Amino acid sequence: MKYLTEFRDGEAAQRLALEIRRTVTRPWALMEVCGGQTHSIIRNGIDQLLPDEVELIHGPGCPVCVTPLELIDRALAIAARPEVIFCSFGDMLRVPGSDGDLYRVKSAGGDVRVVYSPLDALALARRHPEREVVFFGIGFETTAPANAMALHLARREGIRNFSMLASHVLVPPALEAILASPTCRVNGFLAAGHVCSVMGFWQYPPIAARGRVPIVITGFEPLDLLEGIRRAVRQLEAGEARVENAYERAVTFDGNRPAQALLDEVFAVADRAWRGIGVIPRSGWRIADAYRDLDAEVRFAVGDIRADEPAACRAGEVLQGTLKPYECGAFGAACTPRTPLGATMVSSEGACAAYYHAGRFARLERAPARAGAGAPGMVPNGAGAAVPA
Amino acid sequence: MSTLVAPPDPSQWSCPAPLRDHPTIVLGHGGGGLLSAELIEHLFVPAFGNPALDQMGDAAVLALAESERGARLAMTTDSFVVRPLVFPGGSIGDLAVNGTVNDLAMRGARPRWLSVGFILEEGLPLATLARVVDDMAAAARRAGVAIVTGDTKVVERGHGDGLYVNTAGVGVVPDGVEIAPDRARPGDAILVSGTLGDHGMAIMSVREGLEFESPIVSDCRPLAALAEALRAALPPGALHVLRDPTRGGLAASLHEIAGRSGVGVALEDARIPVRAEVAAACEMLGMDPLHVANEGKLVAFVDGAHAEAALAALRAHADGEDAALVGYAVADHPGQLVARTAIGATRVIAPALGEQLPRIC
Repeated sequence: MKYLTEFRDGEAAQRLALEIRRTVTRPWALMEVCGGQTHSIIRNGIDQLLPDEVELIHGPGCPVCVTPLELIDRALAIAARPEVIFCSFGDMLRVPGSDGDLYRVKSAGGDVRVVYSPLDALALARRHPEREVVFFGIGFETTAPANAMALHLARREGIRNFSMLASHVLVPPALEAILASPTCRVNGFLAAGHVCSVMGFWQYPPIAARGRVPIVITGFEPLDLLEGIRRAVRQLEAGEARVENAYERAVTFDGNRPAQALLDEVFAVADRAWRGIGVIPRSGWRIADAYRDLDAEVRFAVGDIRADEPAACRAGEVLQGTLKPYECGAFGAACTPRTPLGATMVSSEGACAAYYHAGRFARLERAPARAGAGAPGMVPNGAGAAVPA
Repeated sequence: MSTLVAPPDPSQWSCPAPLRDHPTIVLGHGGGGLLSAELIEHLFVPAFGNPALDQMGDAAVLALAESERGARLAMTTDSFVVRPLVFPGGSIGDLAVNGTVNDLAMRGARPRWLSVGFILEEGLPLATLARVVDDMAAAARRAGVAIVTGDTKVVERGHGDGLYVNTAGVGVVPDGVEIAPDRARPGDAILVSGTLGDHGMAIMSVREGLEFESPIVSDCRPLAALAEALRAALPPGALHVLRDPTRGGLAASLHEIAGRSGVGVALEDARIPVRAEVAAACEMLGMDPLHVANEGKLVAFVDGAHAEAALAALRAHADGEDAALVGYAVADHPGQLVARTAIGATRVIAPALGEQLPRIC
């Protein structure tokens, strides 16, 4: 498969890992910003190939995970209305609000549908002029252009029964907030490749300079991630703190300018609450005043719904990289994918769920990477972590 | 008195008009009256007809062959609620026959007889029902089973998804055949009979209106002949476990076997056969083909000493050309699935909670 198998080659991965081992002389903590990267690291076992000196900290880049509780509660309130067809990406359905999730609303008779694009929701609105179609538009800069396009088209076509519950989060302010935290341990960032494919990386040089950290734009396949790590380690060992693009097949310095222009038109920068972290100034996009009539929060008057996060959930520390999921007392016990306390346990991109699904119930010993397939003995050591019944 | 109208005699019915009078299912088709009789006479019997069904009794009376006297019987049932009713590579009719046939075959049984129960929604086009019935008849012929008894009910419009089917099946287990999910042993080779995830992604692509460059086709097919060929190629007792990894995919089947047998499962990602288009669709939607449904694949646990013979037997059969040895049962980590990833690291494959959810980005 073009652009897929090439970036999963086992021998090339071993060569990159060897180069990282040869380069590193002391401990470094790198944060992969995007939840998709966390998923790939765990899914492929990339961390097992790294020398002990290189620690990966899982960043806040899962859009599902950082969506604040009160926004979920607002979604539940809108979805329960009889006139509404509530459309969402699949992994938002199981995110717990204060009282249940969208699945619960669906089973109680709410019309909740999984769509793959906001444009599918817009098409539903065209087909059902007698219903109110609402799209749950969350995500980082990556998913924002499609959401902006849906609002733009709805306006242009005069589709009045479509609206969006939108709350986007922005990566650069989050990186600055992490660097400003007194507990920050991050020595370098693997920036989220797909966010940069939209936004470019012109926003990053000042952050790298102020925080004195290398920022490497990194993709999602095993070789992409290993290459990003290799470049970050090389900079750190050389005492550098530059922005480097290790995802050149998708990212340019400027990014997608037409998309950025559309985003400027449809969204406005706003302070934003991140679940488990708190409010980060100017870290989100809300729907701009010019599109206020398509803002579901206004249309259904749910803006005053407030909620507090559950106390037992330490997702905030996980999202800031100061706690590994398995170090949380609730992990795997009170908090499982079946009974998630926080959103990090729901989305497959969430750090807690990624650890849980990969059986990371305890910190595994690093397995010696062996080439070639064997008979029964082909399971490397250290894979047999105990699973609670 | 001579003007009394004789009751209609369906056997004398020469005009197919009654079925044409109602191009769609009406409530009366489930009422046990003339309309029900028409369905049976003009649709079900011509499609399914066999001596046991043709008796038209309240129950089918079945006889074992002389050589089967004293043999054990296997019995299973399954209900089918797929949407859409017709999809690339098959229909709910194919699924309803093959699903039950395959469940019998996975215990080493030779599938013999099926029952079929339809729950039809008022308004279902008769043409759709006819298509499904034709598919069932063809699938039954291919699998060598007879549909010997059945039932039809009609529910009001809005109370069903067009058509639901339940089938139950009975098969004969040959003497000495012991194939069960608790019989896996450390050292067993784990084989799959072909590419994984075809059915689930075929359904998903039509249900969600997703368009891929090359259409994904369901793998729906009967597995009894393949299972029998595999068993025949091995010494008695060497075939320990068979399973058709339907809902929940290969991962769910392996979790079940590992749990029931108290063994660990060691897989190798690179050996797991997945079609390029299925892999691409899974990538796009953030799904793992190991958790996606199959309807025409089996997974076998075979005594490790006979792994090569088992693989050769599967590949020699038309329904097992893409068979692969994907891993081994091990004594370590009982109940758990561990896969070696393409880059030489490991991952633990956790059981899925429910349906897989497409990821946000």
